[in-house]
Amino acid sequence: MNDIRRKFLKTAVGLGSIATAIASGLLIPQRAIAAYMESAFAATDASAALIAAEGSDQHTPSDEVKIKAPDIAENGAVVPVTVSSTLPNVESISIIAEKNPSPLAASFQLSGQSEAYVSTRIKMGKTSNVIAVVKSGGKLYSATQEVKVTIGGCGG
Amino acid sequence: MASTIKIRAKTKSGTTTVKALFSHPMETGNRKDKKTGEKIPAHHITEVTAEYNGSVVFTAQMGPAVSKNPYLSFKFKGGEAGENVKITWVDNKGKGDSLEAAIK
Repeated sequence: MNDIRRKFLKTAVGLGSIATAIASGLLIPQRAIAAYMESAFAATDASAALIAAEGSDQHTPSDEVKIKAPDIAENGAVVPVTVSSTLPNVESISIIAEKNPSPLAASFQLSGQSEAYVSTRIKMGKTSNVIAVVKSGGKLYSATQEVKVTIGGCGG
Repeated sequence: MASTIKIRAKTKSGTTTVKALFSHPMETGNRKDKKTGEKIPAHHITEVTAEYNGSVVFTAQMGPAVSKNPYLSFKFKGGEAGENVKITWVDNKGKGDSLEAAIK
């Protein structure tokens, strides 16, 4: 009887430590953000991408959205884009490279503490408009800049 | 193992600016392996979360069109020197990393 108990306890402890190891080995942060907008990134045209990402493809060009990107990108693999806005209550900012195979490059969700500002670097396959779409008060506003690309960034 | 994240967070006049650099190949899935001719599968960061004071202040969803070794900068109101900002990323293969850094 004792033997059985000993064996059982041995196994139980062993299992317990494995369970702990698995739990602590999880690299994936469990905090879920908004579900990844897979369909928005898979969309092959800017309109569909915007509808999937921001709920609509209707955006009004506005002086209160500023997009900073080079006129000519020497390297299409690394095009710096900075978007800022003076609009109130900006909830999200999306960056679209119109002629990319999947136009939505990135989408940012802001909190009440955020400032409407984001800067990143994107890949561009060829010369195209880069559109910054900002959602403020449920409506979409935008600024567009054409970026000429001399060497495409998608490796194609 | 060195972190895949580098963070610079500075506060000035009530606004904290965070600059982050991630080590990641950001493969689009369109590139072909020169030797085999096969397409290299898409492998890119999908989400980045920034936390300050226990709440999420900013999230980014990235597609494969974000450049290799992504750079990201954003700002939020508040933040004091010595407090921490935590940045976490997850990619399409379910891997991820996280780093906390002090605001200067």
